[in-house]
Amino acid sequence: MDLATVIQLLDSTLRLATPLLLACLAGLFSERAGIFDIGLEGKMLAAAFFSAAVAAMTGNVWIGLLAGTAASLALAALHGLASITFRGNQLISGVAINFLASGLTVLIGQTWFQLGGRTPSLEGAARFQEITLPLAGVLEPVPVIGPLYANVLSGHTILVYVGLLAVPATWYVLFRTRFGLRLRAVGENPGAVDTAGVSVVGLRFSAVLICGLLCGLAGAYLATGLSAGFVKEMSAGRGFIALAALIFAKWRPWYALAACLLFGLLEALGNRFQSLEVLGVTLPTQFMQALPYILTVVILAGFVGKAIPPRAGGAAYVKER
Amino acid sequence: MTAPTHTEGRPAAAAPSQTAPAIELRGISKAFGAVQANKDISIRVERGTIHGIIGENGAGKSTLMSILYGFYKADSGEILIGGQRTDIPDSQAAIRAGIGMVFQHFKLVENFTVLENVVLGAEDGAFLRPSLVKARRLLVDLAREYELNVDPDAKIENLGVGMQQRVEILKALYRQADILILDEPTGVLTPSEADHLFRILRGLRDEGKTIILITHKLREIMDVTDNVSVMRRGEMTATVRTADTSPSELAELMVGRKVLLRVDKTPARPGPVVLKVENLKVTDDKGVERLRGIDLEVRAGEILGVAGVAGNGQSELLEVLGGISDATGTVTLNGTPLDLSGPRADGRSRRHAGIAHVPEDRHRLGLILDFTAWENTGFGYHDLPDYCRGALMDQTALRNDTRGKMERFDVRPADCWLHAKSFSGGNQQKIVLAREIERNPDLLLVGQPTRGVDIGAIEFIHQRLIELRDAGKAILLVSVELDEIFALSDRIAVMFDGRIMGERLPGQTDETELGMMMAGMDGKAR
Repeated sequence: MDLATVIQLLDSTLRLATPLLLACLAGLFSERAGIFDIGLEGKMLAAAFFSAAVAAMTGNVWIGLLAGTAASLALAALHGLASITFRGNQLISGVAINFLASGLTVLIGQTWFQLGGRTPSLEGAARFQEITLPLAGVLEPVPVIGPLYANVLSGHTILVYVGLLAVPATWYVLFRTRFGLRLRAVGENPGAVDTAGVSVVGLRFSAVLICGLLCGLAGAYLATGLSAGFVKEMSAGRGFIALAALIFAKWRPWYALAACLLFGLLEALGNRFQSLEVLGVTLPTQFMQALPYILTVVILAGFVGKAIPPRAGGAAYVKER
Repeated sequence: MTAPTHTEGRPAAAAPSQTAPAIELRGISKAFGAVQANKDISIRVERGTIHGIIGENGAGKSTLMSILYGFYKADSGEILIGGQRTDIPDSQAAIRAGIGMVFQHFKLVENFTVLENVVLGAEDGAFLRPSLVKARRLLVDLAREYELNVDPDAKIENLGVGMQQRVEILKALYRQADILILDEPTGVLTPSEADHLFRILRGLRDEGKTIILITHKLREIMDVTDNVSVMRRGEMTATVRTADTSPSELAELMVGRKVLLRVDKTPARPGPVVLKVENLKVTDDKGVERLRGIDLEVRAGEILGVAGVAGNGQSELLEVLGGISDATGTVTLNGTPLDLSGPRADGRSRRHAGIAHVPEDRHRLGLILDFTAWENTGFGYHDLPDYCRGALMDQTALRNDTRGKMERFDVRPADCWLHAKSFSGGNQQKIVLAREIERNPDLLLVGQPTRGVDIGAIEFIHQRLIELRDAGKAILLVSVELDEIFALSDRIAVMFDGRIMGERLPGQTDETELGMMMAGMDGKAR
């Protein structure tokens, strides 16, 4: 493998890891507050559709981003209503949101555009453009670091950088602010938060809405950054992979970055190498493309260390006597 | 005798009578559906006193305190804090009014540090660091002032319960509470930890704080309080100065009739060895050795009491003998070895062998709360010919049998169709006890027989256990209540950290010695 291939692979890893990372951090906020969310997938899908649809109609990707995020936030609020206000089952609410998004996006897409559930291809200002980081041209001739900076780190859309910056931001909010302390506490022991005179419902709703916001960015990136338009079921299980990454990362932001980059790398490998020869055995294309999903199963089966989820996760808070 | 029935407390000697009481409740009532949990309750708690509130389970103590801490809103009545009418719609308001609460089940975040727990909800600003720095300084001061030493950077999950309780007290003090409410604070403590707690409470009182101590232990009330209020069936039946009353008077006020605080029993006449345990070892799924080689014997016609602070292996001992978990070592019943692992090491085989088991946690292991009383009385014995017609359950037989048991054990209400969860703690325990005792076992394992059981039922349950002993049965009693151990046991074994620290005869030891043994020290060294 030459340097050019490695660079290409890493570049593609970063690109593919971004939606996972944003969704993973979204799940992190929600689950740290004790609300399980398997509806990441649905929220991403809804955001992808509405961002692409509105971007196609207005020709402005920013308005598209706004619409996509709003759709995701609406679904997040629905999840909050079901699981926090009405103390419903969080898994069932999440499943319902996935089905809702999967059905609605195709239905509305067909009604609006008559393209079999797709949106028109996005061009120009209707898509996020790649940004060249400062000094990329100047540094490029420098060996190793140059190409890494100019060709891997530079040249992505704004949302990739938002995703990367969201990692330290999440860490800071979670571990250095009052909000973060309360958020983590409400996922571990809501009773402690309640008796301390802080609203459990308020905290959990803010966490769920932050989750909606980040899922919105993830979905919008899929349709307007990574691709040029919406295709039905385009989230392709990324919401679930993000959940696996979250468990793999033990609900920690920096680990989440590492986990998502790993998944991104696997996906990039699958795309780059249609078949790969390892020790004289040729691995078929199908295997290469299934790699991220195989890793997901392995992680969820608990083969990778013991991950302790937030203790109050999945349970509605009922004040006890 | 002249039972004090006035509801207005006389000012205690410790408080100057000209100042307004720290808390005054006037005519507080609260109903949950048809159940009147608090009926027209009025009480004055004087500033700078330790005020005990005593009453049976379900007497309404917790409801009253929940109203005071803003968990519930009273249907009627008013709350005065320091003479001012105060509305307490939520916990935030209670904290603002200077009330701090130490719940029976601690409200701590297990994987947070002490410091983080103290600061939670009382942060100074959006960023944590300044609050943490300030809290650390304050914690050092409080530790010096009130003997409340805790490592601020320790994680809660690595602290013992005594330490966790101090964190709860620190939390309240950090919020500048003037009034501290403690709900059953000594249930999980060793006697020496309880003594330390009481020293802390007296220190706080002497600093002018007001303390409300909710408990069902008469001895604590007598030891530490200045005044005591008694609750019965949602009503405040009396408020008296502790110095003017006696345990037997308080017990009578609680129950509404005379209660025997001591169990009447004749000396045991031990027969042959029924249970013999040798070198019993249990390792839990985390690889921690929970039993480290237990040796003990129980003879026919005697009660062996196993004392110890919860979590020192007593539960594992009961579960192994009851066939719930596996172990290594030797256990023989009437000379026959029992399987300690494999398919025949289960509760059913144990029952067939003649071991009955009243588990420590009746909600988890003793009953299925959503099943009816008659279904519950059949468990473990449902395959006996009495209850079966061929492959079918003989429901009529089971129900008739249950009705008989309910009558003999005075279960109220005596309705075999009621779900187990609808009975009070004491009546639930009687259902379990009836099921296990009436099958005439050779050995009865009984864990915490009176946990969460009211005084009247305690008396009944203790008498039944003594009767069973006098009928020549062997009883292994596990209890964290030293009073109960002393009242029932013919011999006492003390467990600490998975070992038996030693055995004593009840007449030849005292709480101090047992307390030291429970803390892992050799009792003889005092």
